[in-house]
Amino acid sequence: MPVQMKGKILANKKINATDYKLVLSVPEIVEETNPGQFLHVKCGTGLEPLLRRPLSVHRYNDETGELVILYRVFGKGTEILAKRQSGEEIDVMGPIGNGFDLNNLKEKIMVLGGGIGAAPLMALIDELVGLEKEVTVLIGANQKEELFCQSRLEELPVNLKVATTDGSYGYPGYVTGLLAEELETSDYDQIFACGPTPMLIAMEPIIADKDIEVQLSLEERMGCGTGACLSCVCKVKVENEEGFEYKKVCTDGPVFKADEVILNG
Amino acid sequence: MDNINLNVELNGLELQNPIMTASGTFGFGEEYKDYVDLNRLGGVMVKGTTIKPKAGNPTPRIAETPGGVLNAIGLQNPGVDHFINVILPKIRDYNFKTIVNISGNTAEEYKELTTKLNEAEGVAALEVNISCPNVKKGGLAFGTEPKMAASVVEAVKENTDLPIITKLSPNVTDITEIAEAVEEAGTDIISLINTLIGMKIDIETQQPILANTIGGLSGPAIRPVAVRMVYQVAQSVDIPLIGMGGIMNSRDVIEFLLAGASAIAVGTANFINPGVTMEIIDELEEYLVENGYDSVQELVGLGHR
Repeated sequence: MPVQMKGKILANKKINATDYKLVLSVPEIVEETNPGQFLHVKCGTGLEPLLRRPLSVHRYNDETGELVILYRVFGKGTEILAKRQSGEEIDVMGPIGNGFDLNNLKEKIMVLGGGIGAAPLMALIDELVGLEKEVTVLIGANQKEELFCQSRLEELPVNLKVATTDGSYGYPGYVTGLLAEELETSDYDQIFACGPTPMLIAMEPIIADKDIEVQLSLEERMGCGTGACLSCVCKVKVENEEGFEYKKVCTDGPVFKADEVILNG
Repeated sequence: MDNINLNVELNGLELQNPIMTASGTFGFGEEYKDYVDLNRLGGVMVKGTTIKPKAGNPTPRIAETPGGVLNAIGLQNPGVDHFINVILPKIRDYNFKTIVNISGNTAEEYKELTTKLNEAEGVAALEVNISCPNVKKGGLAFGTEPKMAASVVEAVKENTDLPIITKLSPNVTDITEIAEAVEEAGTDIISLINTLIGMKIDIETQQPILANTIGGLSGPAIRPVAVRMVYQVAQSVDIPLIGMGGIMNSRDVIEFLLAGASAIAVGTANFINPGVTMEIIDELEEYLVENGYDSVQELVGLGHR
């Protein structure tokens, strides 16, 4: 069950040109957290910005009660968040959402992340490695400096492949290009993906005729984070007049099966 | 603080305290059960309900503005039958009063909604939404034309003994004209205000942010408008008012009470601080004790001179 609480900021540091690492002490939240869930964060203390910001959980530690969020500064909310200092209290709600469904883990697993969207996959990778699963990790970024946790991933027993759109490291191009290449040579049963919506859309034709269970973590402009306001919806296929109904990204998701969502409608 | 009386009685609608949650911001109540002791709320004005299920508008449905939120949800809801059969049984045992916000395209649809809800167990009152800015037909049109507003209220009134609340739109030249028309038509209570129509354009894409182009503005940015309208309507009608519009804390609640509202509803603030209603109830009680009041009703309308 999610809670609203005042967490303590243990660190809030810049890790590259645009991204920050926020470390919080939130034991009550960590107790309940699963990979793929998020916190709804009051970035400042006043009326600006008015709304909370949904920020994915990057990693968490059950023993210490610490939780890490990686975020990219690109708006008023994250700009204000970047100015918060360690030692301060911050109002957070969480953990929210369903996270990744790990009840039916398969043999050949791929974890795929693009840009800041790769951040929430770290907790999932930790979980899968802990379960001694064979995991291939594909991550993409604009440039080498923006690749998340490369050094940490290199230390883990995972098959790591990277892509940079400027070609500065690894596969030159989008991570979806790397995905297409990978699927030509290897078979997978299950893919967990998180990244910008265009990346998720670009995945569709690549995985379309393959027998792979694909789970996507979505993002949408969000209001309440409780499932009440119906702002952050996505289309899910159903048999009705319209052929779809809207589901809530915050509490029905943020993870959905690729074959149930309509991304580009 | 046991001797402080927070009860209010609004023309047939009795509440354990004057703090409610506004339609569209609190789902059907249970969405907030992890954050709020729902049993302490005076009332929950549930998500706008229509005859048939409504899918709602495409996204983006929400945009942030200085001190405000623009939304264009488009009345997404599961329809009145689902509400009565599935949702109502889950919420009717809470201590809060369930107030069902109803929306139709025609007076006939309002009548049909009323007839169905009149027979349902656990409905304390109906809130007649004649002011939704985000649907193409009905909604707002009913709320800006006094005769049409009255016709909807009459259609509801004729088909129920439940207290009727009529929710007014601020998007009119003279809100007292509409208020007087719905009072005349038999509404028991007036709630105000619904959202102000607004718009935001993304200067990067050079296009409106909301898929619906326009949306309803809520949040603290609209509070002065709401307070003014409550104050004006309080002077022009004799029925109780439920004030809403940008209430963020107990100070704002007191402002609405002074303006002439007998009860209030918290809306957008639930998104920002999900526990805000509990804080408000505690602080309101403290304020009354500190200032020597026995009952919250003593504050109502004190701002009029």
